[in-house]
Amino acid sequence: MNNLLVLPFLIPFAVGAILILFSKRIGTQRFLSGLTAIIMLGVSIYLLTVVRAEGIVVLEVGSWSAPFGIVLVADLFAAIMVLMSSIVGLLCLFFAFRTIAPEREKFYFYPFYFFLLTGVNGAFLTGDIFNLFVFFEVMLISSYVLIVMGGTDYQLRESLKYVVMNIFASILFIATMAFTYAVTGTLNMAHLAERVAELEQVGVLNVIAMFYFIVFGMKGALFPLYFWLPRSYFGPPAAVAALFGGLLTKVGIYAIIRTFTLIFPHNLDFTQPILIWVGAITIVIGGLGAVSNFDFKRILSYHIVSQVGYMVIALGLYTSLAIAAAIYYIVHNIIVKTALFLYAGTAQRITGTTDLKQMGGLLKTHPLLGWMFFITGIAIAGIPPFSGFISKLSLVIAGFETGQYVVSGIALAVGMLTLFSMIKIFMYVFWGEQKHTKAQGKIKVGDLLLPAIPLVILTTVLGVAAQPILSFFLEASNQLLDPSIYIDSVLKGGGA
Amino acid sequence: MRKQARASNLMLHSITRVVTFVLLAFSLYLFFAGHNNPGGGFIGGLMTASALLLMYLGFDMKSIKKALPFNFTTMIAVGLLVALFTGVSSMLFGYPFLSQFYEYVNLPVLGRTGLATSLPFDLGIYLVVVGIALTIILAIAEDDS
Amino acid sequence: MEILMSITVGVLFTVGTYLLLTKSLLRIVLGLILLSHGAHFLLLTMAGLQTGTPPLLNLNSEAYADPLPQALVLTALVISFGMTSFLLVLSYRTYQAFKTDDLEKLRGSADE
Repeated sequence: MNNLLVLPFLIPFAVGAILILFSKRIGTQRFLSGLTAIIMLGVSIYLLTVVRAEGIVVLEVGSWSAPFGIVLVADLFAAIMVLMSSIVGLLCLFFAFRTIAPEREKFYFYPFYFFLLTGVNGAFLTGDIFNLFVFFEVMLISSYVLIVMGGTDYQLRESLKYVVMNIFASILFIATMAFTYAVTGTLNMAHLAERVAELEQVGVLNVIAMFYFIVFGMKGALFPLYFWLPRSYFGPPAAVAALFGGLLTKVGIYAIIRTFTLIFPHNLDFTQPILIWVGAITIVIGGLGAVSNFDFKRILSYHIVSQVGYMVIALGLYTSLAIAAAIYYIVHNIIVKTALFLYAGTAQRITGTTDLKQMGGLLKTHPLLGWMFFITGIAIAGIPPFSGFISKLSLVIAGFETGQYVVSGIALAVGMLTLFSMIKIFMYVFWGEQKHTKAQGKIKVGDLLLPAIPLVILTTVLGVAAQPILSFFLEASNQLLDPSIYIDSVLKGGGA
Repeated sequence: MRKQARASNLMLHSITRVVTFVLLAFSLYLFFAGHNNPGGGFIGGLMTASALLLMYLGFDMKSIKKALPFNFTTMIAVGLLVALFTGVSSMLFGYPFLSQFYEYVNLPVLGRTGLATSLPFDLGIYLVVVGIALTIILAIAEDDS
Repeated sequence: MEILMSITVGVLFTVGTYLLLTKSLLRIVLGLILLSHGAHFLLLTMAGLQTGTPPLLNLNSEAYADPLPQALVLTALVISFGMTSFLLVLSYRTYQAFKTDDLEKLRGSADE
């Protein structure tokens, strides 16, 4: 028992509720939310050290013992993800202080921001499928509000599609849980893993596994179900888009990795090719989408789609190195993607547009933005010494080790497309002749870039200190690959 | 058109006066019946919300606002905090989050009464449900006029 | 009873899917409502329709019904209640902004 596990989602939830009371006082809201985000960062770092030292930490909520009550479980992977969400939550919040219009701040922006973090952290920490669904919904309903907030025509139209898509996915999730409960008689993940192993994952259990894949793939924007993402992430303000782009799709990927390493790892012949090829098509589609678009935010959105594919391929390869590569990729992608969306917001603040063809010459007037974008851009394209290189390298090595040469080749080739589209942004936005007015050129953006600086440092550190970090992720991946550790600590040692 | 609507309200008016109290009383019963019997904060809250809604339908918005000077958004926040605090209070005594306790106490008027920590939790839920239901409905209703 | 429930679920899913594929916004919302009802029924049915006593403290009985599916359905219902009301308000606002509920006209152009 360790009540520490509750804090990552209890704190934002409580603060979100308190912030509703102060909805008209922007100063108080900002102070409280900033303070909370810093506290959350501290809590999640502490959680990670505890999990590192003591192994998997389990809390049986309400003292109901394991398969009957709801459990919260933090293994290394979950703790890493909670840490990432706290980092992104903190930095996007500080970006929001500078960019979100006061009307939005008064209209419950901060409460829903924290409810979103509640849902995200809860989804990372829960050990129960139904509870996962509940936290998903907490996350989604806050995301609906954040994405539509402001209410421009474009936002209304696109978020309507986003909401309908996600409600449909939720319905599918409920139906999937119905089948799961009918077949196994439990929804506790550890118990489920045990039962699925006993039943030998065949027939209907494979169908259920694929249902979970579809449901989470919809949230994670995998191949046939990615189309909502570029359109809906275009509408909201940059701080929200950065938070969504960095975090939300990764929650879906986290759920896929969790279910397929813990519950459904028994029929690899069946699941492996599906995961790998869906991932491969996803990266190709995302890469092509990024190349064909001429809008800053939209290119970045297609990159999200593309990179989600890499993570799923890494899961499909299913070796210790590959899963570590998946974790590395998720961490790298959360950092880099958030930073890139923040740059897009900054560039939009300066030029008033995100259309590449109407921008140009920003490097002259805003060199800091230009060079920070350059570093992050080559980091995402996979050029050493930044984090993207290590994540792609370890993925490709894992691919070669398992004999998946074609997929590794596709992964490398699409890397070129990514590089190409980043160079395209750089050339159009930062090089070329200046297309914004002189007055626009004088806009100071130093305070907007401040939240992105830690991200640039992080991506460099991830790349330079790859050895210790990768071995740490290998530790996490070995924990994932041996479900019995998780099962035992939930079902046997939990209540102690 | 407006006038006609007014006139036909007479029946609704008189029925509302009676039915609201029945509904409110029943919602209180449901609220306290919770925990070990069917009932609880959610269903009690919905019942209260429907009673209040009936009042909004029967009378005009202004007079109801005078009679019920609550800010429903604040109600949501307070409800959330009450429920959360109940969950956290068990943490303060070293039990896991949301642990609940049950005790029989002899109260002066009620006699032997079961007191559960889930009651304040339910109170929180009750406030949240009433707050949310009315916020949503009023948001749509106010838009019309 | 299970068969009857299964048929009900099937009908709900069919009608819901049909409505979801139409062009009108309101019908899509209705379709989602029906689909979620179908899913809730499915959850209740798949867990097995049992004839035991309600699992309450004061009732003594040999066999109790499994309370878990009911708790799950209740939770899912509450969530879908919230989602539906949000979706209704959102589609109402969209209708106000665009003066149409035809999804063909809400498609949006590719280059904006």
